[in-house]
Parts: sequence; structure tokens; C-alpha cells
Amino acid sequence: MTRDAGRGAAPRAAIEAVWRIESARLLGGLVRLVRDVTLAEDLAQEALLVALERWPEAGIPDNPGAWLMATARNRAIDELRRRQMLERNHALLGEEAAASTSLSGPGPGGPDVEAALDEDVGDDLLRLLLIACHPVLSTEARAALTLRLLGGLETDAIARAFLVPEPTVAQRIVRAKRTLAEARVPFEVPRGADLSERIPSVLEVVYLIFNEGYAATRGDQWMRTELCDDALRLARILAELVPQEPEVHGLVALLELTSARARARLGPNGEPILLLDQDRSRWDQLLLRRGLVALARTESVARSLAVPLGPYALQASIAACHARAPTGGATDWQRIVALYDALVELTGSPVVELNRAVAVSMADGPQAGLELTDELTDEPALRRYHLLPAVRGDLLLRLERFEEAIVELEKAASLAQNGQERALLLARAEACRAKRRGG
Amino acid sequence: MRVMVVVKATKSSEEGILPGEKLLTEMGKFNEDLVKAGVLLAGDGLHPSRRGKRVRFADGKKSVIDGPFAETKELIAGFWIWQVKSMDEAVEWARRCPDPMPGEESELEIRPCFEPDDFGPALTPELRAKEEALAAEIVRQRGS
Repeated sequence: MTRDAGRGAAPRAAIEAVWRIESARLLGGLVRLVRDVTLAEDLAQEALLVALERWPEAGIPDNPGAWLMATARNRAIDELRRRQMLERNHALLGEEAAASTSLSGPGPGGPDVEAALDEDVGDDLLRLLLIACHPVLSTEARAALTLRLLGGLETDAIARAFLVPEPTVAQRIVRAKRTLAEARVPFEVPRGADLSERIPSVLEVVYLIFNEGYAATRGDQWMRTELCDDALRLARILAELVPQEPEVHGLVALLELTSARARARLGPNGEPILLLDQDRSRWDQLLLRRGLVALARTESVARSLAVPLGPYALQASIAACHARAPTGGATDWQRIVALYDALVELTGSPVVELNRAVAVSMADGPQAGLELTDELTDEPALRRYHLLPAVRGDLLLRLERFEEAIVELEKAASLAQNGQERALLLARAEACRAKRRGG
Repeated sequence: MRVMVVVKATKSSEEGILPGEKLLTEMGKFNEDLVKAGVLLAGDGLHPSRRGKRVRFADGKKSVIDGPFAETKELIAGFWIWQVKSMDEAVEWARRCPDPMPGEESELEIRPCFEPDDFGPALTPELRAKEEALAAEIVRQRGS
């Protein structure tokens, strides 16, 4: 069956696909125009409604992005007039109104207008991302707003992704937009060092979204692939927006390399399989290669700026050590320990120190690792962190100190928030018991 | 989801006629858009089938066949791997592709790649056995 993909009637799913591609650019352009996130979102939604009304019969226009922009822009001008902001925005609107006449109604704009639109797209997206990830907002609010504004996700989808009730997300987004308005967050895209300063808060949000999908902190599903895909896509977009930032490529590398292992991470019954036990032939070679390329890119950008590797690049380097090892036994643990040393120095994070202890146990034996974790048991930040007793349990098991291992593993299970992880820990504790009886 | 987008061959692609400057520019712009949207994972153009080979499996025997191959329409001239949210999104991107074979009739074919989930219940008994052996191995290593 053939379907006219140009002018024929468009089903709703096709319109939604257009929306997914265009919404972030549209919002970015509108935020530049009206300097108000809430208004920009309302205008974009109105443009979508017009499209949903007209396209099913008229078909999707050849340049749907320009069509949506023209429609939203006309409404913006009406709205701004209504708000009697015309005078203040006169210079800006004069220009925009002139552009909108050539863009009015369905159909592509002239080539000049399109070129002008294209030129600003990068800046528009970056502005939108910087606003959504503004440091005045909480990390949760930033993540929700980023998924909504740049990922094109509806509130209910975000709520499902983060396993929180929909009204919570809706409220988070409303509050975030109010906070942005009250803080009078500037709409200019910063340049140079000022831009670099803002990047970590964006990377943090993308990383959080990815992790939320990769190691679901709550609920019974170990992984939510779609959320990982959304985060990876955001990271790839970001790498094109600010290619001069080494850590952006570091984050892309880390996410590509981690995603590459995703499908080897679950057994046939959905149970988690730890890194060293994974069937490496199931790792995604395309993503591995992309990850190693991104890592090379971060190294070369960092070198050209004469700066040391940042925390994401270091984590990606560790992931690359695993990616390059043909078998778990061939892993270069000494190098991984060295990378963790650098990471501990950079972050001072007790979680990183715990990871380093695991690497040391692989390089120098379980006793050396266990001694390092002893120093971490008094760390307040790790008091309720299930992986500390989980790691200690494993190390004690390797040392055949079964009694102590059982205590640690059961403590870990009681702290784990993910059902499958808890089951795995309890199974290990049970295996210890059997071992103790047997031996 | 991941899809493979196949550019079907035409008479001129099989003759090795390279795309003109205009198409190269437009295609470059399209690829750039795909990269900027985080959609493009990989892709390449392919030499005509006369530089290709086939390995045929029949009656338990293998034979190697040299190109070129007939039935042009069944041949491919290039491919992309895209990461998209849905087949609809893939179709929308494909719609935006410049005509890859100007002056000739041509097609882009979009085929979703298998995802691990697709194998869930269809995982063969042999593969399952392998998985179970792996699980046993893990328990053994843990216990030792």
C-alpha cells in the first residue's frame, strides 16, 4: 500500500512525530521572541492544536517547522499586543512581523527566512537548555523541565519515567517556571567562560536522567530503556551545540559506553548480571565504537585547551577499560585504580572511593579492598547507601568470612530500594549460608 | 528504537555514477541535521554491486558469487542507522531526505532493528541453556 507522504491526509501519529522533531526548536525560537517560558509553551501548544486541526486534511506541509513557527509567531504578536507590550518590544516585533508576513499560513517560508531561522537554531536550543537547567532550580525540577522542553515529553510521560504521581511533576514544572520568572533569569546565551560555567549543571541533569533510567532507584523494573535513550539523545545534541566543551564529550562517551552494555545486563528472567559476569559478545559494538570515538574527542579537546580530564571523561575512561578488555579476566585493573585515584582527587566523593576500593580489590586482592571500605563505614554520606554493605559482603565472601558476609549482604538488601536488586542480594546471602553449612 | 534506513539502488548508482555537487551539499546538510538531532548513529554509501560478492548457502554447500548482481531494485546503494522514538519519527525524517537519486525513481526502506525485548519469549532453548550455564558459572565463581 502506498501513502502520499507529502500532501495526503496525515494521521495523528505522523503529526506527533513531526512535533517530536520540531517542538524544541519551536520553543527555543519562541522563548527568544517572547522571553517567557510559560507563554512560549502556551504558544507552541496552540500551534500544535492548529496543526492537529488542519493537517489531518491538508497534509503535513513541506516545511512543518517553519509552518509551526509562523503560526505560533502570529499568535505571539497578537498576545504581546494584547498585553500592551508592543511599545517595549517595538524594535524586535517590527522585525519579526516583517518576517511573519512572508511566513504566514501553511507552506514553506522563503529561502532567506529559512536560512535566518536555521542560523539561530543552535543558539535557541542552547538557550532553552540553559534555562531549563538553570542553577536556581532543584535538580529534579531541572530534569523535569528539560524532558518537557527539550525531550518533548508530556507531563504524564515524565511522571511515569520518574515513578512519581503526575500532579507532582506538573507542580514541579509550574514552580520551576515561576522560580525562573521571579529570579529574572536572563535570556541571553552566555559566551566563553560564562558559558563554560553553566555547562556542569546541564551535564548533571542529563546524567541524572540517564541514571534514573539505567539503575532505577525505585520500583521493580531494573532498567527503563526509553529514559536512557532520551538522555543519550540530549547528550548527543549537546555535544553538537557546545563542541568546545571537553566534558560534554566525556559525558557522551560515558553514556554511549554504558548503554552499550545495557542488553547484557539482564538475564533471561530479568535478573541483573554484574559487569564481570556479562557475556561480552552481547555488548553493542556500534555504541562501544561511538563511545570510544567520543572519548578520543574529549581527550583531544582537553589537550587543545591544556586542561586535565574532568569527572565524566575519567568515568568514561574507566568504562573504556572494560570495553577494551576481551574478557573480564583481561581487565586492566591497575589502570582503573589509577583513574579512580584521579577521580577521587577531583570529586572527593565517598561513592567514588567505594568504587575505587572495588577496583583495588580486583588489582590487589579482597583484603586490600576490604581495608579501604573499613575507612568508609563511618562516612555519614554512605550510612544508608546499600552498595557499601553489598561490596563489603562480596569482599568478605571472597575472603570466606561467611558469617560477616551474611550480615553485610542482608543489611544491603534492607537498604536497597529496587526489588530485583534486593532479591539478588538476598540470594547471595542465602548462597553464603549454604556455603557455611557445606564448609 | 533503532532502525536501518536502506537507500535502494538505481541504474545509475549501479553504473557507479556519483552524486552531483548539489545533491552532496543537500545530503551533507541532511546528515548534519540528523547528527544535531541526536538521530544518526552510523551510515555509509556503497560501491556498485560489481565490486561486491555474495556467499551463497545451499544444500549444505557454500559458494562465492562475484558481482555485479541483476535485479537492480533489490540492491542497496547505501544505509543509515538511526535512533528514533518511533517508526513515525523515522518516516518523518526520511520524508526530509533530499531525493537520493534525482531523475530516477528510488526508495528509502525503513526497517526496525531487533531489540533485546523482541527476543524475550522467542529466545531459543539452546540460547536459554547457554544463559543458564552462564548463571551457574556465576554462582560457581561466587561460591569459590
